Amino acid sequence: MLKANTDIIRLNGAEKHFGAVRALNGVDFHVVSGECVGLVGHNGAGKSTLMHMVAGTLRPDGGQIVVRGNAEIDYSVARALKLGIRCVFQELSLCPNLSIAENTRINHPALTGLGWRRKAANLIAAKLEEIFPHHGISADDIAGDLSIGRRQMVEVARAFTVTRDPLDLVILDEPTSSLDAHTAGQLLAFVRRFVAAGGSCILISHVLGEVLQNADRIVVMRDGKVVATDAAKAFDRDRLVATMGGAEAREKIAAEIAAARPADSPIRVRARPARQEDGRELVARAGEIIGLAGLAGHGQTDLLLAIFAAATRRKTGIEVAAPVALVAGDRQSDGIFPQWSIAENIGIRSLARLRNGLLISPQREAELAEFWKQKIGIRTPDMTNNIFSLSGGNQQKALFARALGSDAEIVLMDDPMRGVDIGTKLEVYDLVREEAAKGRTFLWYTTETEELDNCDHVHVFKNGRIVANLTRDELTEEKIIQSSFGDAA
Amino acid sequence: MTFVKSLAAKPWIWSFLGALLVWLATISFTGGYGGGGMVTAALSLAVFTVIVGVGQMFVITLGPGNVDLSLPANIGLASAVAMKVMDGSDSMIVVGLLAALACGAAIGAVNYLLIWALRIPPIIATLSASFIIQSIDISYGRGLQIKPPPGFADFANWQILGIPVLAILTVLFTIGAAIALQRMIYGRSVLAIGQNIRAAWLAGVNVGRTRFLTYTLSGVLGGIDGALLAGYFRGANVDIGNEYLLASIAVVVIGGTSVAGGKANVPGVWGAALFLVLLLTMLNTFGVSAGVRLLLTGLIIVGVITVAGGEKASR
Repeated sequence: MLKANTDIIRLNGAEKHFGAVRALNGVDFHVVSGECVGLVGHNGAGKSTLMHMVAGTLRPDGGQIVVRGNAEIDYSVARALKLGIRCVFQELSLCPNLSIAENTRINHPALTGLGWRRKAANLIAAKLEEIFPHHGISADDIAGDLSIGRRQMVEVARAFTVTRDPLDLVILDEPTSSLDAHTAGQLLAFVRRFVAAGGSCILISHVLGEVLQNADRIVVMRDGKVVATDAAKAFDRDRLVATMGGAEAREKIAAEIAAARPADSPIRVRARPARQEDGRELVARAGEIIGLAGLAGHGQTDLLLAIFAAATRRKTGIEVAAPVALVAGDRQSDGIFPQWSIAENIGIRSLARLRNGLLISPQREAELAEFWKQKIGIRTPDMTNNIFSLSGGNQQKALFARALGSDAEIVLMDDPMRGVDIGTKLEVYDLVREEAAKGRTFLWYTTETEELDNCDHVHVFKNGRIVANLTRDELTEEKIIQSSFGDAA
Repeated sequence: MTFVKSLAAKPWIWSFLGALLVWLATISFTGGYGGGGMVTAALSLAVFTVIVGVGQMFVITLGPGNVDLSLPANIGLASAVAMKVMDGSDSMIVVGLLAALACGAAIGAVNYLLIWALRIPPIIATLSASFIIQSIDISYGRGLQIKPPPGFADFANWQILGIPVLAILTVLFTIGAAIALQRMIYGRSVLAIGQNIRAAWLAGVNVGRTRFLTYTLSGVLGGIDGALLAGYFRGANVDIGNEYLLASIAVVVIGGTSVAGGKANVPGVWGAALFLVLLLTMLNTFGVSAGVRLLLTGLIIVGVITVAGGEKASR
């Protein structure tokens, strides 16, 4: 049961904007001493932004941070550490060229004088032994030589070592993502002991079972807001998933898609991920929009690239029956040609069709660019301006124009809506559905669950494999979450 | 005024301006004597730098790390092949030219093969290839100077109204190269690859074929250059191409082509080649010693690259 203890930290009405994106929209959040708070929500719900604020790495644009009853005006990482608040972030932060002991020293300036290396080694070795008995890691190991799982163990253990600064609250952001079941269990048991001894923890995990079993209180976030806070015992898995989701606005799009769906069109793509062991494969027909879902980096992009490569060169396990174009998600490294105008950036995929004899016709190139400027609403006075004169969203539209303006019957989308404003998104969704109705096939990898509403069919990926294959009628947010976050699945 | 402004915005204008300044400095030193002859000589010599410079320009435009260092060896071998095949007979001129061209094409193709199949960085691949080519050249030509047929030597030195015919043909060729660069799929592909090779692949550009064609083109131009040089200087030898290693790269850079790739400039190659040749003439006229001449040439190239690089960083 929650003890009526004092707050360690309290955020009142915290706000954060990144450009036009409201990452946090007035969040109230607090942690009292001796409790473990579970924090859940989708990618982009605002969990990480909120935790960055607690740890002091991000400053709120609005609202107040109160630590133990004192309002903090100049809150920073250094201040947070002084106050006993630490964070283990999702991105591993050990210096790969240093030993474990040296990495530990970075967090403990108090370890000075001759023999600091020994002191640091003893400190981290004792903590590793306490959390992960029989861990098999030596303090002299170089961080870069360790497996990712062991690096994560060191990272976690390091956060719990104490020298000069106090230790009251530890933020664990996906601490078990690289751990196997056994070490994850050891860690969570340690967290329980730490909390029982009066410490506090914030536990972020996509494995809902971990949160349900180990947290005292669960906070659910969605779209930059806290949508539910309750004792962990008051939640079960289904209620949690339902609260994270948001199943209202999808019905009308669903109906639209169902109506537009062609009956039995020819198969355009048939592909099996390289690591697929069962017989599951991805099949896309003309006019279909196929979603690739699941957590980021679980093999969706790899499959798209394999399909792209298979269009020009034979590949086992993948059949592609029509020309392919790809819309990049990472614009700077995969899409944009920085020296070129908007028109040239659009035309590059269609050069063969823009020719008049042997030469590219500037007039046809301009016509193509002008057509898509109107159609997709690229906001620029002149398509011969450099591509970087456009805002990020409009650059992305130009990349869509490149793909849709080409002869490609299959369009691969590699999470192209990352960091794009909502207005642009809605315009592009309409366009994609319109083009699909004309017979084009779309394979759409997205990390934003709402985008899957535009799809006829969704394949959920986990560890490079398709783990679920949901048709339009079966497609519910809960199913996607259960398959991709699935501890049971 | 807008005309001047738009002219000033062209990166190639500076190389022509430099050439003009050097020429004016020289004829003011000689009191106006020999100005016309100097231009004729400059055109005759610049031709050879322009031909390989264009090849090098396409290669460099492929992006960071791409460069053809085998050009001098290529020129040397092709000059020997052309002269041996022509064998002093006017009836074999065309066959000899084709042989030089084939020799250059083969060298270019081998260069790309090394880069592609063995994944060797172009700078190493073309440099090591050039050692092999040079060895072949030495054993093939036996270090002897082989004379061109009289008809070919006359052609290489032919002038109409003080303008070398080779220069006129080379101007036509560079116009073709400029059109290929801006208006043909090949040129667009080179520019796209130079800006971002991964994005080019994902935009459907045939990256492998374009790079192969580019290295082969550079080889072909080196081969033709070798044959023409042998005709102009009335004889082939192993060292005939030596000065074109630095010169081919210098004209590309001075001419306004980006060393980082993706941005090329054909007229600039002409301006830079004229500038370099006139600069040498000027230093000779001033009676500067060979050592100082090389020193100044090196400093000027470093200076131009610094200025060009500085502009880019401030953007």
